Amino acid sequence: MSDVTVLAASAETRRGLTIALFLVFIAITLYITWWASRQNRTAADFYAAGRSFSAFQNGLAIGGDYMSAASFLGIAGLIALYGYDGFLYSIGFLVAWLVALLLVAELMRNSGRYTMGDVLAFRMRQRPVRMAAGISTITVSIFYLIAQMVGAGALVALLLGIGKTGTFLGMSQTTAKNVTIVIVGALMILYVTVGGMRGTTWVQMIKAGLLMAGAILMSLFVLAKFNFNPSTLLGEAASQSGKGDAFLNPGLRYGAGDWKTKVDLISLGLALVLGTAGLPHILMRFYTVPTARDARRSVNWAIGLIGTFYLLTLALGFGAAALVGTSAIRAANPGGNTAAPQLAEELGGGAGTTGGAFFLAFIASVAFATILAVVAGLTLASSSSVAHDIYANVIRRGEVDEGSEVRVARIAAVIIGAIAIVLSIFAQNLNVAFLVALAFAVAASGNLPAILYSLFWRRFNTQGATWAIYGGLGVALFLVIFSPVVSGGATAMISDRDFAWFPLENPGIISIPAGFFFGWLGTVLSRERDDAKYDELEVRSLTGAGAH
Amino acid sequence: MTSSETAPTERGRITPEAYSRMDADPRFVDLRRRFRNFVFPMTVAFLAWYLLYVVLSAFGRGFMDTKVVGHLNVAFFFGLLQFVSTFLIAWAYSKFANRRIDPVARELRRELQGTELEGSELGGAR
Repeated sequence: MSDVTVLAASAETRRGLTIALFLVFIAITLYITWWASRQNRTAADFYAAGRSFSAFQNGLAIGGDYMSAASFLGIAGLIALYGYDGFLYSIGFLVAWLVALLLVAELMRNSGRYTMGDVLAFRMRQRPVRMAAGISTITVSIFYLIAQMVGAGALVALLLGIGKTGTFLGMSQTTAKNVTIVIVGALMILYVTVGGMRGTTWVQMIKAGLLMAGAILMSLFVLAKFNFNPSTLLGEAASQSGKGDAFLNPGLRYGAGDWKTKVDLISLGLALVLGTAGLPHILMRFYTVPTARDARRSVNWAIGLIGTFYLLTLALGFGAAALVGTSAIRAANPGGNTAAPQLAEELGGGAGTTGGAFFLAFIASVAFATILAVVAGLTLASSSSVAHDIYANVIRRGEVDEGSEVRVARIAAVIIGAIAIVLSIFAQNLNVAFLVALAFAVAASGNLPAILYSLFWRRFNTQGATWAIYGGLGVALFLVIFSPVVSGGATAMISDRDFAWFPLENPGIISIPAGFFFGWLGTVLSRERDDAKYDELEVRSLTGAGAH
Repeated sequence: MTSSETAPTERGRITPEAYSRMDADPRFVDLRRRFRNFVFPMTVAFLAWYLLYVVLSAFGRGFMDTKVVGHLNVAFFFGLLQFVSTFLIAWAYSKFANRRIDPVARELRRELQGTELEGSELGGAR
């Protein structure tokens, strides 16, 4: 407990520095947003930044959009607490990009315009498919949004050093969390409504730069302490963890027990690797570059960036275990979410030193920047889908001018932002990793089958698309409701009731095949078939002829 | 100007017949075959390689726990190899696409759209 006392002693300096750095970041991003708004004229500007970004810029922004608080704080924390098992997330999140690179990015860039729904509805009856695409975009984005905002709320209390009984500017811990969620929500609405895709992209690029700088700096410091010998680092981490060699082997978190936890690990692995290529806010980024070739090159930049970052999570996670110690991390946050900031403080000279306070403040602001950039991307994706898929094509049947469509997108951003703020305030006790994994499982089950069938299966039709989306989405949500995550267990959302008959925490292993199955079944049970439209999609997606 | 997907682009329209003709063109058929012959087997390969890693992490613990050098075990190197294979596949695909896909795709696109539109600031795919 002495750690806590020392943390409290330097809390004042740290708070001041963290807040100052964070205000600088907000000021810079708001200026860029305002600047971006002056460049935005058309709908293509708002949704796709005029398709004017270079491959490198977009690659950076993809990294900024993808590496969320779950990646930075979550994975470092998981490795620090459970050792090797945290690394599994890093690998799944990275390998997933090959699906996007080989099968989706370029073809999607050529055949769509602003949203995922553009591609899914390309050769189908517009209204039912756009409705389904809109619903699944909003569902995935809201789960993802809540996860980020709850994470931000939980973080702020710890980073600003507000204990359960302490106060900050007269606010209790709960109030401070809620205030943070509202501030994050307000900022993301501002970025999106004012700056559109251009403003959001710049915020993501700055964040990616900051995050990489922070991660590289910390990793170098960590490795320098161990003479750049990874074996020494891992050995020290293992002995500090109190678990010995088991800390370096798979299984501390998953599969210590019976076959169920092992199957759960495989289910999680599937959701991670197949979810990325179905995340609407990621897919939308491919439209911001002029050509399919640039889309490919931006994914390559992103793979390099994201891969490097996830390699560094090893140094961050094991470094935190070795230098801060598993018990000190667990004492600060049972989920390990503050491992990276705690490591920063240690590397800067330890608690109570100016260097420690400064480095911690820097990493804490990086974490906030990370969260802000991701929530802005999510808000943009879901409000674009509301305006472009649901309003313009379902409600107005395509008879709408660009101006009012973008106006609807801005209004939708405010509404979705408000919904996310309210849900996040009520969802503060939900497990953050659960929400992110669920978003990935839903994207892999509902969106990916529909996207792949759309691009590669001639026979695929309207009924197949809607069945794939609703089927995959429905099965994923249904299984989660009856999983141990929601009821039964000690860590469940509803711990005093037990209606969990589905044994796995992650539904992927059932719901992903279900999405593919329903897509197939819906297709063959309908006689609709449009060969001419598929010819057009094939030619356009591969050659780019007629692409927007 | 409407915002629906069928709105005419400012570069002029390519008729459905032109698309269908191109879809049956031997050069396009060859392009599609080449593309799919690369990406489909590669996808199967990297998914199998990744799933092998995940399944071994779950059920092959004895093997994964074996020490290789110092404190570094098989699981550690297997994980690093996933990074290496991801980087290599991304690099190989780009090399393949730059050499074997882009030139043909550009030629066929020019034929469909007309050369004078190439590289217009409207941002057509190049």
